[in-house]
Amino acid sequence: MASITIEAITKTFGAVPVLHDIDLSIGDGEFVVLVGPSGCGKSTLLRMIAGLEDITAGEIRIDDRRINEVAPKDRDIAMVFQSYALYPHMTVADNMSYSLKLRKTAREKIAEAVGAAAGKLGLDPLLARRPKALSGGQRQRVAMGRAIVRHPKAFLFDEPLSNLDARLREQMRAEIKRLHKSIGATSVYVTHDQIEAMTLADRIVAMHGGIIQQVGNPLDLYDRPANLFVAGFIGSPAMNFVEGHCRAGVIETTDGSKVAIPEGIHLTEGQAVTIGIRPEHVRIVAGSEAGSYTARVDLVEPTGFGTIVHVRLLGQDLKIYTLERGVAVVGQPLHIALDSTRLHLFDRETTNRIG
Amino acid sequence: MTRKRLVLTVLHRLAVLAYVAFALFPLFWLLKVSVTPTSLLYTEGIRLWPSRASLEHYEFVLTHSSFPTFFLNSTIVSASTAVIVTIVSSLAGYAMSRFVFRGKYWIVALLLLTQMFPLVMLIAPMFKMLSPLGLTNSLTGLVIVYVAFNVPFATFLMQSFFDGIPKDLEDAAMIDGATRFTAFRQIILPLTLPGIAATLGFVFTAAWSELLFALMLISGEKATTFPVGLLSFVSKFSVDFGQMMAAGVLALIPACLFFLLIQRYLVQGLTAGAVKG
Amino acid sequence: MTSFSAAAPPNGDRRTPMQRLAARLEPWLYSAPVLILIVAIMLVPLALGVSYAFRDIKLLNPFSGGFVGLKHFRELASDSAFRGALINTLWWTFSSVILQFLFGLILALLLNQPFKGRALAQALCFLPWAVPSFLSGLDWAWMFNPVVGPIPHWLYALGIMSEPSNILSDPKTAMWGPIVANVWWGIPFFAITMLAALQAIPKDLYEAAEIDGAGPIERFRSITVPFLAPTMAISILLRTVWIANFADLIIVMTNGGPADRTQIVASYIFTQAFRRLDFGYASAIALVLLVLLLAYSMLIVVLRQTMLSRH
Repeated sequence: MASITIEAITKTFGAVPVLHDIDLSIGDGEFVVLVGPSGCGKSTLLRMIAGLEDITAGEIRIDDRRINEVAPKDRDIAMVFQSYALYPHMTVADNMSYSLKLRKTAREKIAEAVGAAAGKLGLDPLLARRPKALSGGQRQRVAMGRAIVRHPKAFLFDEPLSNLDARLREQMRAEIKRLHKSIGATSVYVTHDQIEAMTLADRIVAMHGGIIQQVGNPLDLYDRPANLFVAGFIGSPAMNFVEGHCRAGVIETTDGSKVAIPEGIHLTEGQAVTIGIRPEHVRIVAGSEAGSYTARVDLVEPTGFGTIVHVRLLGQDLKIYTLERGVAVVGQPLHIALDSTRLHLFDRETTNRIG
Repeated sequence: MTRKRLVLTVLHRLAVLAYVAFALFPLFWLLKVSVTPTSLLYTEGIRLWPSRASLEHYEFVLTHSSFPTFFLNSTIVSASTAVIVTIVSSLAGYAMSRFVFRGKYWIVALLLLTQMFPLVMLIAPMFKMLSPLGLTNSLTGLVIVYVAFNVPFATFLMQSFFDGIPKDLEDAAMIDGATRFTAFRQIILPLTLPGIAATLGFVFTAAWSELLFALMLISGEKATTFPVGLLSFVSKFSVDFGQMMAAGVLALIPACLFFLLIQRYLVQGLTAGAVKG
Repeated sequence: MTSFSAAAPPNGDRRTPMQRLAARLEPWLYSAPVLILIVAIMLVPLALGVSYAFRDIKLLNPFSGGFVGLKHFRELASDSAFRGALINTLWWTFSSVILQFLFGLILALLLNQPFKGRALAQALCFLPWAVPSFLSGLDWAWMFNPVVGPIPHWLYALGIMSEPSNILSDPKTAMWGPIVANVWWGIPFFAITMLAALQAIPKDLYEAAEIDGAGPIERFRSITVPFLAPTMAISILLRTVWIANFADLIIVMTNGGPADRTQIVASYIFTQAFRRLDFGYASAIALVLLVLLLAYSMLIVVLRQTMLSRH
C-alpha cells in the first residue's frame, strides 16, 4: 500500500494541452475519485499514473519514489479497465494469475492467491471458463479479481462500471466499496458519473478542461461547490442557476424579481452573480407568505420516490424536487419559498463561489 | 404480387446458378480432360464426361516426369516465403497499428509505392543483381525476391488484424508486469492467430502462382518451380493434353486448400492489398 | 547532472539519452526488416532499372554496359511494335476492368440477397480468384483449343464461327482470349469488395426509404449507388493500374502473338528482357510505362480533388 503524489503535472498531445499543472496527493489507503465530463483529462491523468502515457512535465511519486521513468510493469499497480481487457484466450484462472506468473511466483502461491481472490468475489465456479462465456457482471468481477490477486501498491479504476446496466452497476458499486473497506488499498477511480463519485469516494477530485476544479469529501462538494462547474456537475437533478445583478442590497434577476442576499455575504453594487438553488432545496408552501413566489407549473415528472416539478420562475425553467405527491398540477399556480441559507452565490465573471 | 415475387426469385436463382457454372466450368473441364484416356481424347471431343475415366495421366505425371520435383520446389519456395513474410510483416504491421511515430506516413507511402509500379520493371536489374551472388537458378534467390514482393501487402493485412485487437489488452498486460514485447508475444500474437493463418495463406498462394520472375531467374530443371515446369512442358509436348491437365490439377490443389483457409478473410485481404491480386 | 538536465526537456522526462533513444527507435526496430527488404530488393533494383534505360545492357554481349543516353527512347519512338503494344494495353486494360467490374457488381448484388446455400454459392463463385494466374491462362487456352476445348465447337454450333478454330491464333480475335480469362479470374476481386461495401450499408436505411415510399429502383439509386461509389471508384482505379501491369495471362496464352496483336507493354518488356535479353531496351520501355501509369494516377488524383472541391 502506498501514497501517490502528483506534482505540477502537465500533459500535451502534440500541441493540444490536456492537463494543466495538476497537483494532488493521495494518502495511503485513500479512495480518491476523479470525476468530470468526458474530455476533462481524468482518464489521461489515471493513465499517467499507470505509466501508459508519457508525462510532459511534472512529477508523479509513489511512496516518494519518482516513477516518471519507471515502466508500467515496475510500478506495482493494478488497473481495472472500462472494457475489462480480459485476455480472451485465457481462462478466468489464467487471467487472474498472469501477473503472478510474469513475476515468477511459485505455483502453490499463485494457486493460493487466485483461490483467495476468487473466494472474495464469488468467482470459484467460473475459474475454468473463458471470458467469452461470462456475463458482463462476471467479467467485471474477473477484472477486479485480476487486480486484487497481486496485492499491488495501488488500484486504478478507469470507468469500470460504465459498461454495465443500471442495476448491476449499483450492485458492483457497493461491492467495490465493501472490497475497499476490507483490503484498504490506495485507489484512484475515474468516472463521469457523479453518483458513483459521491457514493464511493473518500475524496472527490472534480476536473474540467484539464484543470482540477475542487478537491474535497463528497458532502463538501455537495454543500459548498467551489465554482459553477462543480455546482452544476454534482447533484441530480442538477442545480438551478438564476442570473442576476446586485441592486440596492438585493439581487435582481433578469425578469425583475428580487432575491434577498444571504446573510454574511457582501456584494458590490451592480456585481453580476449567478444564484444556485438545488431542486431539493426549493420549498413548496401552502399559501402565499412573506418572501415567497408564485409560479405556474409547466411540467411534472414523477420519479416514483419523488417528483420533479418544472415551473417558470425568475426568468428560468426552475426545477423543484419534492417528496410530496399531488401538490403540483400542470397549468396551476404553485407557491414557492427559497431558503436563503441554502442559496449558493457565484461571481459570474470568475464563476467562483462567493462566501 | 406473389407471382411477381416468384418470378424474381426464380430469375435470381438462375442468375446465381449461371455464375457458379461460369466459375466452375473451366476447372471442371481441366479435371475432365485430365481423366480422359488419350485414346478417347480426340474421338469423344466435347462430351461432358468421358465414357471411360482413368488416372493414367496422373500416374505418368507422378512417376515419369519431373513434376514431383517441381511440386516440391514450389512448395519449399512458397512455404518459406509465407513463413518469412508473415514473421517480418507481423512485426511491421504491429508497429503501424500500435505506435504513433514520425515517419509512419512515409513508410505507408513507401509500401503503397511498391504496389503501384510495374514489377516487370525489376526483372532485368534483379537478374543482374542476383547473378553475381549466385542467387539466380536457386530457390533461395526466388524466396528472397518473393518475400520482398509480398511484404508490403502482408504488412497492411497484418496491420488490419492488429487494429482489430483492443489496445487495452496490451495496456493491461504491461500493467500486469509484461514488457511490450512480452505482451506482443503472449497476448497479442495468440489473438492474431487466425489473421496470421490468413496471411500465410495469401502469401503462399501468391508465391505459388508467380511465373515471370521464376521464368527469368531459373534455368535448370533442379530449381524449377511448378509454373515454369508446366509452361515448358506445354511448349515442349503440346499434344499431351491429358498429362498437362493432370499437372494443372496438381497445381490447383494447394491453391484450393489455401483458399478454404483464407475464405473468411478475403475482404480484409483484398482491401489490405488494394492493388494486389 | 545539472548540465545534463539542462539539456533534457522539462522535468517530465528524466530518462537518460540512451533510454529516450531506445523509446524513439522502438517502432523502427519493429519495421526494420520490412524496410530493409523493400529498399534492398525493390527500390535498389528500381533505381538500377531506371539507370539501365540509359545504358546499353545486353546479357549475351560482354562488351555492353556503356552509357547511350536517349538512344533507347529514340528507338522506342520509331518502334511500331511498341506503338501497337500501347494501343493493345489500353484495349486490354479497359475492357478487362469494365467487364470485371460489371459482372463483379452484378454478382455482389446477387449474393447480397439471403438465400439457402448462399455461403456455398459464394465460395464457388469466388474460387477462380484462388486459381494461380498461370493456370487460369493455360486452362482458358485449352478451353479455346478446338482439339480439347469445347468453346470453338459451341461457337461453331451457334453459327458465330464458320469452323471450329482457335480464336487465339486469329489476329483479329486473339485479344479476347486473355481478356476472357482475365475477366473470369478477376470478377471475384470486384465481387468481394463490392459485397463487403454492400453489407456495410445500414439495413435501416432501406427500411426507412421503404416506409417513405421508395420503390426498389429508387432505393438502389438513392442508397446503394451513393454508398458504393467510393469503393467502386477506388477499386476501379487501383485495378486499372494493376491490370495494365499484369502480363502473366498474355505470356502464358499467346506470348504476345499472333503478329504482336496481343502484345501489351508489360508483356513486351518481359519479352525484351527474357527472350532477347536486351535489358537496356526493356528498362527503357518499363520507364515509359512507369511514367504513363504515374501520369494516370496523378490525373485521377487531380480529378478527385476537383470533384471534391466542387461539392
